Amino acid sequence: MTAWAIEVEALSKSFGRNRALSNIDLKIGRGEHVIVFGPNGAGKTTLVKVLSTLSKPSSGTVRVDGEDIRSDPVKVRRRISLVSHDTFLYDNLTVYENLRFYGKMHDVPDLEENVREVIARVRLEPRLHDRVGILSHGMQQRVSIARAIIHNPSILFLDEPEAGLDPQAVVMLRDVLESVNTPERTIVMTTHNLRQGVEMGDRVVILDRGKIVYQASRDDIDTVNFYEIYQSYTGTGE
Amino acid sequence: MRGSLSKVLAIFWKDILLEIRTKESVTAILVFALLVLVIFNFAFEPETATMNLVAPGILWVAFTFAGVLGLNRVFAIERENSRLAGLLLCPIDPMLIYWGKLLGSFTFMFAIEIIVTPIFLVLLNLPLFLPRLLLIIVLATLGFTSVGTLFSALANNIRARDIMLPILFLPIVVPVIIAAVEATALVLQSSPWGDMMTWLQIMIAFDIIYLVVATLVFQYVVEG
Repeated sequence: MTAWAIEVEALSKSFGRNRALSNIDLKIGRGEHVIVFGPNGAGKTTLVKVLSTLSKPSSGTVRVDGEDIRSDPVKVRRRISLVSHDTFLYDNLTVYENLRFYGKMHDVPDLEENVREVIARVRLEPRLHDRVGILSHGMQQRVSIARAIIHNPSILFLDEPEAGLDPQAVVMLRDVLESVNTPERTIVMTTHNLRQGVEMGDRVVILDRGKIVYQASRDDIDTVNFYEIYQSYTGTGE
Repeated sequence: MRGSLSKVLAIFWKDILLEIRTKESVTAILVFALLVLVIFNFAFEPETATMNLVAPGILWVAFTFAGVLGLNRVFAIERENSRLAGLLLCPIDPMLIYWGKLLGSFTFMFAIEIIVTPIFLVLLNLPLFLPRLLLIIVLATLGFTSVGTLFSALANNIRARDIMLPILFLPIVVPVIIAAVEATALVLQSSPWGDMMTWLQIMIAFDIIYLVVATLVFQYVVEG
């Protein structure tokens, strides 16, 4: 077993003439929490899509748990999960039916028990048999986290999970994210929230115009002046 | 094999459950198909010889256009909330998504046909018990939905998808519609089995070819 959860070498991704990612090199250790910052259009979502096998790289290699994402994406998908600003949930199914459906698709053993366990972790047991469509966006996002962890992935990608949530829901979501955070689980999260990101990450990466322009471990970051650092590398604010 | 089947059935059951809850597709398709039949019934006198000639065409026009309406919805439910991405993130061969969706679209269309066909036969003063017509409907619907499910996934990524689906899909599915119309005409004329064998063989060949092709290319249609 390789020491790295994710190894990215010379990764580029283009859409026609538009280069979304350019020559990215990144290695993420097992259990490490990496936060990716960047202005809109920097390539954060594209990076997450490529790492999570949803999009194929134009060039370069990506290995997840030692597996090349192009040669065996199905094997990679057993070990990863993604929480995005879209929840992937079906509004007209109940929370239980959604979790059961995704659990079946992941061959989750003891499905009933697992559904109850993950719903307890996101603190939504009373809403288990409610249709997802009637829940608030914040609650739907918590169900989405339950969906994402039902097969106990070793790597969790979070693509701006707090987008569109009110401040109260963001706080709740952060608590839930803390509860699914285990020492052995690798987390890669993109966010615009600099303060929250710096607090949550072991390492931060700043992406701008498809390139990594800055990366540092939490111990090396000047947290007080991080906003200025971010601004100097991207030319923008949060 | 068993694991794959359970995933196909999970996708199928999820679509059935969503349809039962929303009734978005079935109601629209059923109303449309019935309207076509009623309008044509007023246009032609049921007793005339012309009716024998046009009846198979009327039936398959109703099924074809109602079917296109239904196919537009097959991947529309996966487009909202990026649910297709959620399915693609599951550790399964994408062809299982195709088979689950195909099973759903076949079931919806076949259910509509089972309701509409007796009404069609009654409106046109034709005998109700026609088992050979049932066989034609099954074969043609399988061919229709095997191509249609693939094209529905393809059109899902196109901006004017509601218009593009019939434009892309109908030229491909024309052979199976022609075979179904010709075979239906022979059934309504009470011709012997042997006369309709060629048309049945065309439909069987179409079904096999497009099931294999669609299964193989589906992955490239849905994955970026």
